[in-house]
Amino acid sequence: MSEIEKGARVPVQLVLNGTAHTGFAESRMLLSDFLREVLGATDVHVGCEHGVCGCCTVLIDGVAARSCLTLAVQAEATTIETASSLASADGELNHLQAAFRKHHALQCGFCTPGILMSLTDLLRREPEPTRERVVDVVSGHLCRCTGYSGIIDAAMDAVNAGSPKT
Amino acid sequence: MKPRPFTYVRPHSVAEAVAALSRHGESARILAGGQSLVAMLNLRLVEASAIIDISRLTELSNMRVVGNALEVGAAVTQNRLLTWPDLAKRLPLLAVALPNVGHFQTRNRGTVCGSIAHADPSSEIPLSLAMLGGEVVLASPRGTRTLKAQEFQTGVLSTSRAPDEMIIAGRFPLDKSRTAAFREVSRRQGDFAIVAIGAYLKDADTICLGIGGAADRPFVTDIALGKPVTDQIEDIVWQLGGHEDIHATPHMRRDLVRRLAPIVIEEARA
Repeated sequence: MSEIEKGARVPVQLVLNGTAHTGFAESRMLLSDFLREVLGATDVHVGCEHGVCGCCTVLIDGVAARSCLTLAVQAEATTIETASSLASADGELNHLQAAFRKHHALQCGFCTPGILMSLTDLLRREPEPTRERVVDVVSGHLCRCTGYSGIIDAAMDAVNAGSPKT
Repeated sequence: MKPRPFTYVRPHSVAEAVAALSRHGESARILAGGQSLVAMLNLRLVEASAIIDISRLTELSNMRVVGNALEVGAAVTQNRLLTWPDLAKRLPLLAVALPNVGHFQTRNRGTVCGSIAHADPSSEIPLSLAMLGGEVVLASPRGTRTLKAQEFQTGVLSTSRAPDEMIIAGRFPLDKSRTAAFREVSRRQGDFAIVAIGAYLKDADTICLGIGGAADRPFVTDIALGKPVTDQIEDIVWQLGGHEDIHATPHMRRDLVRRLAPIVIEEARA
């Protein structure tokens, strides 16, 4: 049994976007705060902090999840992917990101990183989802700019253009 | 907001988890998927001296058919149960109810048993468990005991779990029906149900009807197909107890049940 005392700071090791990192966290630190404040991954956006808005969605071992509903210490020895892993090293957008640009699927962009990661998980699991299925997955996110139709159109466009870079 | 400080415990077996639960006392909490618990910690609706994380216990990450029931371990996620190959055939009620549980993203981590333990009156999984006559398996230093779903959930967010007990599995009886129907009304797809209704055909003349969100716990009853359905539903809506919150008045909930139940019953017969 391992135990982390109240208030103690312990090392947390994980792989973030292909690079191994170690940072220190208290047991109560949320993964979202650990990624942003300790590892500097500011592409993880923090909205509601109780799992409703979906802005902080990242892939934990390949599976889309709210990083605000996960403790940093729970992410020990996991692989985390965030939105900045999607474009290639020279900045070229992947299919999904390019489709977002084409369909004006964002305005302020605050919700976008989370939605991109949810759709990345979906398209890896189900390369040809129906529009209805895409709507179901996007319903786990709040967007206050677009009215969602651009996001759904972009996702369906990415489906037709082939699966995103994985 | 952020949680208050707590001690984090990662046991390596159920025995260690049970020991930690006893050692840390009443304000210790079991963490599985955390999709309700961490939100409540963040909002400081729950205060825990210790968090005992069972999410990685391999002992609890199995789904297996035991007798005529599917036993789902306490670390099995909702999305994993959704991908059980025989789900549509042998547990058709869960096949239609589970897609309504939270969102795709929360089902990826949220566990089946966590939802049972949380005992939200509008939750789909406790409602389905009650409708199927399922069971909850609890472990404590005294050993294990099994409770019927209806004995386990006693009210809003309250259960008959003793402070030193933890759920290790839920048992869903198989092959209760060939088809089932489930619908709910919520403000947004995946949000808490204002009213959730499930139904399956028990035999040629009887429908099992379950209602969530309208009382302090799942309400399960039989509907006789030989008698007028609307009369029976009218009796039922007045038995629900008039649950009121920010989302709906008791009047609105009764009305939703009146309108939704006949549709779901009709779908379950098809």
